[in-house]
Amino acid sequence: MNFLARHRIILPVVSLAVLLAATFYMQPRTMSYFGLNLLFNLAVPIALATVAQMMIIMVNDIDLSLGAFVSLAACVTATFVNDTPVLGLLILLALVLSYAALGALIHALELPAIVVTLGMSFVWGGLALFILPSPGGQSPEWLRALMTVKPPFAPMAVVAAVIISVVTHLLIVRSGIGTVLRGVGGNARSVARAGWSVIWLKALAYGLAGLFGVLAGMALVGLATSADANIALRYTLLSIAGVILGGGEFTGGKVSPTGAVIGALTLTLAASFLSFMRLSPDWQIGAQGAILILVLTARLIFSRKGAAT
Amino acid sequence: MSDHENALIVTLDQAAKHFGRLRALDGVSLSVAAGDCIGLVGHNGAGKSTLVNLINGGLAPSSGTIVFSGGDTAHVAGVRSVFQELSLCPNLTVAENLKISHSALKGPGWRRSARAEIRASLDEIFPDHGISADAQVDMLSIAQRQMVEIAIGFAPRGTQARLVILDEPTSSLDEGIAGQLLAHIRRFCASGGAVVFISHMLGEIFKVASRIIVLKDGRIVDERASGAFTRQGLVDVMGHVAPESAQVAGARSDPGSEILRTAQGLAARKGEIVGLSGLAGHGQAEALAHLYLSRSSAWRPRKSPEVVFVAGDRPRDGVLPLWSILCNISISVLQQTARRGLVNRQAETAIAAEWKSRIGVRTDDVRNPILSLSGGNQQKVLFARALASQAPLVIMDDPMRGVDVGTKQDVYAMIRAEAANGRTFLWYSTETEEVCQCDRVFVFRNHEISAELTGVDISEEKILEASFAMQEAS
Amino acid sequence: MTPLNLLAKPWIWSWLAASAAFGLTLGLTSGRGAGELAYAALSFGAFAAIVGLGQMLVITLGPGNVDLSIPATMTLAATLALKAMSSNPGTAFLGLGIALGVGVAAGLANYALIFLLRLPPIIATLAASLVYQSFAIWSNRGLRIKPPAGLADFATGRFLGLPNVAWVGLALAIVVWVVLERTVWGRMLLATGQNLRVARLAGVPVELVRATTYVLVAVFASLAGYLLASFSGGAALNMGAEYLLMSIAVVVIGGTSIAGGNSNVPGVWGAALFMFLVVSMLNSYGAGAGVRNVLTGTIIIAIVIAASTRRVRA
Repeated sequence: MNFLARHRIILPVVSLAVLLAATFYMQPRTMSYFGLNLLFNLAVPIALATVAQMMIIMVNDIDLSLGAFVSLAACVTATFVNDTPVLGLLILLALVLSYAALGALIHALELPAIVVTLGMSFVWGGLALFILPSPGGQSPEWLRALMTVKPPFAPMAVVAAVIISVVTHLLIVRSGIGTVLRGVGGNARSVARAGWSVIWLKALAYGLAGLFGVLAGMALVGLATSADANIALRYTLLSIAGVILGGGEFTGGKVSPTGAVIGALTLTLAASFLSFMRLSPDWQIGAQGAILILVLTARLIFSRKGAAT
Repeated sequence: MSDHENALIVTLDQAAKHFGRLRALDGVSLSVAAGDCIGLVGHNGAGKSTLVNLINGGLAPSSGTIVFSGGDTAHVAGVRSVFQELSLCPNLTVAENLKISHSALKGPGWRRSARAEIRASLDEIFPDHGISADAQVDMLSIAQRQMVEIAIGFAPRGTQARLVILDEPTSSLDEGIAGQLLAHIRRFCASGGAVVFISHMLGEIFKVASRIIVLKDGRIVDERASGAFTRQGLVDVMGHVAPESAQVAGARSDPGSEILRTAQGLAARKGEIVGLSGLAGHGQAEALAHLYLSRSSAWRPRKSPEVVFVAGDRPRDGVLPLWSILCNISISVLQQTARRGLVNRQAETAIAAEWKSRIGVRTDDVRNPILSLSGGNQQKVLFARALASQAPLVIMDDPMRGVDVGTKQDVYAMIRAEAANGRTFLWYSTETEEVCQCDRVFVFRNHEISAELTGVDISEEKILEASFAMQEAS
Repeated sequence: MTPLNLLAKPWIWSWLAASAAFGLTLGLTSGRGAGELAYAALSFGAFAAIVGLGQMLVITLGPGNVDLSIPATMTLAATLALKAMSSNPGTAFLGLGIALGVGVAAGLANYALIFLLRLPPIIATLAASLVYQSFAIWSNRGLRIKPPAGLADFATGRFLGLPNVAWVGLALAIVVWVVLERTVWGRMLLATGQNLRVARLAGVPVELVRATTYVLVAVFASLAGYLLASFSGGAALNMGAEYLLMSIAVVVIGGTSIAGGNSNVPGVWGAALFMFLVVSMLNSYGAGAGVRNVLTGTIIIAIVIAASTRRVRA
């Protein structure tokens, strides 16, 4: 019944603020429009992918194919969407629908999501290789322009993160259907008993994940200007880490969209922070792991203190 | 509403439900009209849950018919049920849980209407409930959750509740709150609603029910106005002899040396049966769990445990669902009988066979899966698991939940015998009758011991006094 | 546990699938090269089987338990072992000791994160694996040290017609099987996997069980890394990469329940063989990398569906 248990969002916010302060301290020049833009440059696709993962974790599943799926969406965007926009968008729509169908299948046959998505990661990865056997393709002009737009006051990445978090908050936390979706994670049986079709709800959750996964792929191409089949493979683990950093839990439908976006920002910032520290490249990956552990340790200590008082 | 006395809500005609060869319900004819308050009683496996699930539309009958007067489906006809196990979404708020079962609640203002509706319903049934509509359910106590569930059951939810089925609604409520619920049920029926009320507390049944239906082996064996039954008569019809006199004859052996004393004040002697009582949810279960965890280790394997635990909440605390009856019993003696880390299969089989016959587990073969047993027999397996070990201290956390009277009698006798052999029992029960059989009783209130009773002092009045007295003082 | 027919056994599916892939591959060559194919499958399958056995034990611990640090542990163990041996003859056991030591250390570190920081195992092992990976990069420095000749001969050699690595994998499988079926520790692991709280209340030292399991999986991974590096002539930084998904895939295709409390040793070997054979089958039919991946994924899902519909009807 403690304060932090009620306001799960505080710790992710504090973690981000501390890391940001440390970065500003190390490299005061980042405390500017362009500095921030540089720091959070890659945050948008990661934030979108984290939100996608959150949709799946919300209904007590986990998606091990997200990285491959985002890569595939990026490949489609850099080829079909660029060359034949209508066909390209239709393919992306089909991808979203196939995610929804996957959710329905997993629920209907009571399959373990971790395994089905594991299998799907091979499928998505194979399709991506099929489309782009070697790195290439090109970002559509409008997408490139959208991702590099320079809004007043705050850089694109920050504005986009705020928009993503507001939209998903309205969708998942405030709206009626979002409440029911979280209910599926909390107690699917009682949702079913109240007359809802859980299979449709699961399909909806997966479909939303597919939608955000596709958006992540598009955003990534917009930033990177080209694609390859392995472009986003690490997103699978990043997105899971982002959801947890953002205060989400693996079971029970306890997720926070704002937290997930903040978690994604924290992860992106950690990478930038390490490059400012002029750390030997050998240790960069390890330091990212260490930061992840540190943040979660801090969270544990604070929530223990909160529970004790 | 002048003709509500005979406005039918649901009519069952020779409704039956078979699960494979099992005839869960074997042709039941029944009608519920507005204003009815039906008490439904029967033993475990008598078919109560199946009947409830037919009436609320959760199951379709294998044969026979069910007709809802108010519409095609139970939902449209205003038939609701509040289930025995808690069925809220713990990660949502109270108001959001109402939304789950009220799909017509839509649009931008849904949250405000949901709050107002659940608040009104809670206020009406449980005045002074102190539950916020925006509280997340997993922050509420078990009793508060059950109150929320009942309130959702009675809330209008876009139509009107016409028949509410309550399956053991008072199991986690203390008597004051239960009394508020019973009063509400009477008001609800008087104003033209109908209730089907299932409870193992016969007193409650007699308090609210206008008609009592007795189920046995999937059939209705008796149905009368509640005034036409006596408590004894009702128990007789259900098929078991009532434990009228719970006292065990014979002088108790001399008290042994004290083997337990906790900071909280809980104490026990060798060979003593110590009862924990008081209103449900006042810290008894936590005290026992804490005691068990502090006297056993999650790290160190023990050949002979100091303490064993008998769970009452079987799925959560007791049953290992993938295993056979045999493995479920032997888990507590594995370390003791093992040779060089290997499972001693002969000893294991012998112990299981011995306890199967001693405690009367109804099965052909102890190698059958544990889930093939009924709830009461699963509970016997948990007793066997605990008693098969050599542990001198046995902790029981309300172990008679959902156990029929016959099983209870068997287990009482066995506990007595084991205590006479020098074992100590710590026994939390929500049923005062059971606690009255103990040698010493600790009454809990607000997570503290409010009274320690021994000998002739152990009586229902004394226990109630200790459960309530300080509440008035504070 | 008295099976009326073989099909009710969950592990049979992985063996049927492996046989089918074997048959289809040979169908193309009308039977030629059967021995070579089987030999290669046993060699490569052995590594997947060894890591799979470890992953199986962890997955048996129940929902949420999985070790994502297997690839990093394999790489780190192999790198440090080869560095210590620095191709000198007679150092094979030193290297083995170092590899297993790395395994024990990694397992303890993983479990320390899980237990002390109360992290979900997925996150704990993921974060730890990043650190192990950095260690491996730092100690390796891009050099490729050859294993001692004797060790390399052992890793690529054969005994009674079967690859030595397969013998190691088979021996481990038998040990794991005996442990699960006959020992008190195995029973306690299965109880913990069904319901941790119930196991604790029944007197099982659950944290000890969990700790030993996480150490075991890391030890298996380090052994697999040591053998793989010896087998393939040196440690590479990405040598473990494919075993992340592989270790989970062989466990599940092998019929072990992802819900915990139910292990399946023979299925792991069947699935390990299958995972190799299906790739060689698609290769021999001339499929490109993309098609191969799509089909592999589809087959994994098909097997899971087949196994689950079986289970529902049973």
